[in-house]
Amino acid sequence: MNKKHGKQSIIFGVPPAIASTATIVGPMEGEGLLGSYFDKVMEDNIGEHSSWEKCESYMLEWVINTALNKTNVAASDVDYILAGDLLNQLMATHFAMRNINRPFIGIYGACSTMAKSMLLGSILLDGGFGEKVVAACSSHHDAAERQYRFPTELGVQRPPMAQWTVTGAGAVLLTATGDGPKITAATVGKIVDAGIKDPNAMGPAMAPAAADTLWQHIQDTGRQPAYYDMIYTGDLGAVGKQLLIQLIQEKGIDISANYEDCGCMIYREEQDPHSGASGCGSSAVVMCGYLYPRLLAGKIKRILLIGTGSLHSQTSYQQKESIPCIAHAVAVEG
Amino acid sequence: MQDGSQSGNNEFWTQQYQQKVDKIKPKPPIAKNLFWAFVVGGLICVLGQGIQDWFVCLGMAKKDAAAPTSAVMIFLGAFFTGIGVYDELGRRAGAGSIVPITGFANSIVAPAMEFKREGYVFGIGAKMFVIAGPVIVYGTVTAVTVGFIYWMLH
Repeated sequence: MNKKHGKQSIIFGVPPAIASTATIVGPMEGEGLLGSYFDKVMEDNIGEHSSWEKCESYMLEWVINTALNKTNVAASDVDYILAGDLLNQLMATHFAMRNINRPFIGIYGACSTMAKSMLLGSILLDGGFGEKVVAACSSHHDAAERQYRFPTELGVQRPPMAQWTVTGAGAVLLTATGDGPKITAATVGKIVDAGIKDPNAMGPAMAPAAADTLWQHIQDTGRQPAYYDMIYTGDLGAVGKQLLIQLIQEKGIDISANYEDCGCMIYREEQDPHSGASGCGSSAVVMCGYLYPRLLAGKIKRILLIGTGSLHSQTSYQQKESIPCIAHAVAVEG
Repeated sequence: MQDGSQSGNNEFWTQQYQQKVDKIKPKPPIAKNLFWAFVVGGLICVLGQGIQDWFVCLGMAKKDAAAPTSAVMIFLGAFFTGIGVYDELGRRAGAGSIVPITGFANSIVAPAMEFKREGYVFGIGAKMFVIAGPVIVYGTVTAVTVGFIYWMLH
């Protein structure tokens, strides 16, 4: 049975189910708009750990274990773990996996990692390669900031277009059969480089990638935007969100009525995040903490989650390269 | 623009897109930023002047008072970086708190604090000048160049 549809999309034969999710966030996210939806809000960004990187590893390990505990699935029953983060060589993920001791595939998709890991996990399950997959990712504000930008105590002024990296992690337990919202379709994105060079303009850099994947999803699956109750992008922020609406409008598609960006849902205005949230954690905590319970309760029926990733590094930025971006879409139906 | 033709190779498209971004991107609040930079930068300088005057009151020559004044200002910059206040100040004041000598102290202490976890040699030692290093290098180069020109003219 051919499950590939059109040029880049997949419609799953036996759609995998999301059996449970778990989230953990830092204090700033806890005080934000979705604060009450998260499983755990840490008191500070480091806890009893000796570094931010270790704290991020702890967060990732915690969400994976919590997602399993919620369904009484033993870690030994998990066939694969697909996870990633923003740090060089996936430091946070690899150290978290030391203790979990399950077959593991590390993935890097920058901020698109949540959608990407769900997409790959669903392929493994629908392909019959296992029964249970955990898809997870994390980001940590301070750990990301010191790697990509400046030391956190440096007194610099951020431009209004900048976004705030989320301290948070999310995990999704996917099962080949069973109850729960199902991942019915997915679209694998292409790299789109719109020529943006400013690493503070990640939303504008990623918007064309999101537009490309969304448009391709519509072409391949024949599902119009109205098919979904809501379409969510990962972390385009306020500026990128506006650009995506414009870009897709130019192709004759209107998504202004049922589209929101996860990066615009996390912080309150007075928390001064500038253009919104970013990082793997942005789509992860919104998907796992807020959207999943709503799908489970039947408050929303069909969503399209488009994870957006800005694939630059500090080296590429210093060598004055533009930012290659990617977007992967997964359709989740309750 | 069908079928993903918006790739990076399409120069016309990227130019058009950049214009689109420029049109809707939020502008920094220049008047507000200028005001805060002026006020905070000014206050830091007033403080420095006060300290210098105090040293002069204690009987130092004005020229001799400059060095201890700088030392005190550097200490204050480092201290407020250490207790996590200077970055909050910098977020609002911008150049107002970066340009004075306290900002220079901040730019050295912030990476030193941050990279302590990588050890005293490759952490603090190597990373301490990651922000201030270029300033020192080009400051020295400029001083030597100007000095050379001065020497040639006399």
